[in-house]
Amino acid sequence: MIRKEAEKIFETRELNVNMGPQHPATHGVLRLVLDIDGETIVKVTPYVGYLHRGIEKLGESLSYFQALPLTDRMDYVSAMSNNIGYCVAVEKLFGIEAPERAKFIRTIVGEMSRIANHLLWLATHALDIGAMTVFLYCFREREWILDLYEMICGARLTVTYPRVGGVRNDVPQEFLDSLWKFTEEFPSRILEYETLIDQNRIWLLRTKGIGVISAEEAVSWGMTGPTLRGSGVPYDIRKHMPYDAYDKVEFEVPIGTEGDTYDRYRCRMLEMRQSNKIIRQCIEKLPTGPVMADEPKFTLQPKDMMMPITHPTKEMAYFIDEKKCKGCGMCLRACPAKAIFGEKKKPHKIDQALCLQCATCFVTCKFKAMKIIPGGKGLSDEKLAELAAAPVPEEITKAAEYLVRQFEFVKKGPRAPEGELYVATEVPKGELGFYFVSDGSGKPYRMRLRAPSFIHAGCLPRLCIGHLVADVIAAIGTIDIVLGECDR
Amino acid sequence: MAVTEVRISIHPAGLNPKDIAEKIKEQFPDQVIEVAEFRDQVSVIVKRDQIVPILKYLHDDPLLSFDHLQDLTAVDYLNKKDIRFEVVYNLYSIKYRHKIRIRVQVPDNDPKINSVVPIWAGANWHERECFDMFGIVFTRHPDLRRILMPEDWEGHPLRKDYPLKGPAPENEWPGFVEVLNRSKELKEFEWEG
Repeated sequence: MIRKEAEKIFETRELNVNMGPQHPATHGVLRLVLDIDGETIVKVTPYVGYLHRGIEKLGESLSYFQALPLTDRMDYVSAMSNNIGYCVAVEKLFGIEAPERAKFIRTIVGEMSRIANHLLWLATHALDIGAMTVFLYCFREREWILDLYEMICGARLTVTYPRVGGVRNDVPQEFLDSLWKFTEEFPSRILEYETLIDQNRIWLLRTKGIGVISAEEAVSWGMTGPTLRGSGVPYDIRKHMPYDAYDKVEFEVPIGTEGDTYDRYRCRMLEMRQSNKIIRQCIEKLPTGPVMADEPKFTLQPKDMMMPITHPTKEMAYFIDEKKCKGCGMCLRACPAKAIFGEKKKPHKIDQALCLQCATCFVTCKFKAMKIIPGGKGLSDEKLAELAAAPVPEEITKAAEYLVRQFEFVKKGPRAPEGELYVATEVPKGELGFYFVSDGSGKPYRMRLRAPSFIHAGCLPRLCIGHLVADVIAAIGTIDIVLGECDR
Repeated sequence: MAVTEVRISIHPAGLNPKDIAEKIKEQFPDQVIEVAEFRDQVSVIVKRDQIVPILKYLHDDPLLSFDHLQDLTAVDYLNKKDIRFEVVYNLYSIKYRHKIRIRVQVPDNDPKINSVVPIWAGANWHERECFDMFGIVFTRHPDLRRILMPEDWEGHPLRKDYPLKGPAPENEWPGFVEVLNRSKELKEFEWEG
C-alpha cells in the first residue's frame, strides 16, 4: 500500500510544453512544441507560418520593379541587404549592369546593414541569455547606423534605397564624413561589448558546447552564413560568387572550429570588424560618376523633363483629333475618370469637366489622335478645336516622349528575356537566393525566395535535442532567425 | 582563440556546368531529356524515376561532390507545358565551386516524387513547403505536413489556378453586410469631437 503510493508520488512522465508563438525570446512568432523529460529536451517541433504573407505569390502579380519593396518586409532587420539581393538578381536577369559608383555605394550600405544586423543579434542574444547591459550598448551604435540610413534615403527600417540598375540617389558628403567617423570609432566599441561578455564565466557556460554541429552535418542541413562558418566551413558568397564591389576590396572570412554557440558568436564579432574594414576601403576607393545605369527602359524618367506637361500650373487640356481617331475604345477603357465617351468606330470625345489631365489617354492612343493643348483648361470644345489646329510646341513633344516611356515603365514594366536563373547573395543571416522563371513578359512567371532563416529554423530540433530548456533560447539566438523572412 | 580569420581566394569556378551535364548524360543516358542554358547557368531536365540515384551520384562522386543543396522548389507550368509541374534542385559544391540545376518533370495526375532527405537533411522543410504550396507529394518523406499555411487549409496557393485575391468580405462572411448596415444606421450617434 505504502509502496504503491510512493510510486504514485515519484512517478515521472514526459511533459509537453508549448513555447511561443508570443515569447520574447523567439524573435518573432515562432512556436515550439517541446517534449521534455525533466529539464532535458526529447523532441522539438517548430511551427512557423504565422507571418506568411505570400510574397512569392504577390511577386508573380507585380512587375520586376514593383516587387522591390516586398523584399524589405522579409528580413526587416537588414532590409538593405535584401534589396541588394533582389536588385543583383534582376539585373542579371535583364543583363544590365549598375555603374561603378553605385556598386561601391551598395557595398557600403550592405556592410552597414550587416553591422546593424549583427548588433541587433548580439543585443537580443545576450539579453536572452541574461546579459542585459550589452543590449543598451549595441543599440547605441545601431541607432547611429539607422541615422545614417535616414540621411541617404529618409527611411530607417524599410529603406528600398538600392534600385534595379543602381541606387536611388547619390550619397551626400556629410554622410560619408559621418560614416568615416563611425568606422574610426566602431572597433573600440566592439571591444566594449567584448569586455562585457567575452570572458564572462556565465556567458562561457551558457554558450560553450551548446548546440554543437559538425561541418559535414551543417552543410547537409543547408546552413549558410556565420551559422555555417562557425562550424569551420569557409563558404562565403562574397568570395565564392562575388557581386557588386566585393572583388575589389580585401577582407578575410572568420571561421570557427568547434561549431558551438560560442564559435558562432565569435565569428559574428569578427565579421563586424571585417565589415568595418570593407566600408573604409569602399569610402577610400569610391569612384565618381553616375549612380543609376543609363538604361532608359529600366529606370524612372527624370521628373524635370516631363514638367512641361505634368506641372500643375500648365493647365493642359486633352483633345481628340476627329480625323485621326478610329474609335477603337482603348482610351475609353483606360480613362480613370470616365471622361471619354463615344460610339465604337466613331470619333470619341472628352468631357472637359470630368477630365483629370492625367495623360493616360494620351499614352494609350496608338493612332496619335490625342493632342495636348497648353493652357486649354476650361475652354469650350470649339475653341479647343481651333487651338488644336496649331502646331504643337517642341518642348511638349519632347516631354511627351518621356511621359510615354514613364508610363510604359510603371504600368507594364520592361519585358525580361525568357529563361530562368538562380542568383544568391550573402545577407547577414546567410545565403539569400532568388530564383526567377521568366516567360518573356513584364512579370516573373515564378519568383522563389530562398530565405536563410527558414532553413535555419528547420535545423532547430537538431540543435536542441539533449540540451536543457534554457539552451533552446540560446539555440534560437545563435542561428539568428527573423520570422518575417522565414515565413515570407 | 578558436575562431580564426582565413583568406578565401576569389578564383574561378571548378568544372564547367556543361561538362557536368555531359557527365550526367554519360551516367544516366536514358534519363536526361534536355539540357538548357541561360546566362551561363545550365539546367538538366531529367525524368523522375531515377531522381534519387542521380542526385546521390552528384552528391557522392568525389570529382563532383555537390554537398550544398542551395534551393529546392517547384514551378507550375499550367497550360504552358505538357507536363505540369517541375521540381527544381539548385546544387552547389563548396569544395570545387561549381553549380548545376536539376529539373524534374512531375505530371499533374500523379504528383509524386521521391524525397531527397536521406541525401541532404536540409531538404526536409523545402519539401514540406513544396507540398504545402504545390501539392507535390514527396514519398518516403519523414514528416510531410503543411508548413506555412494552417493545417486545415484547402488548396495549394502557389498553383497557377489558385486565385491571387480571396473572396470579397461579404461573400466570405454573411454577417459582414449586417454589420455594415448597422454601422450606417447608428451613424447619427457618432461622436464628433
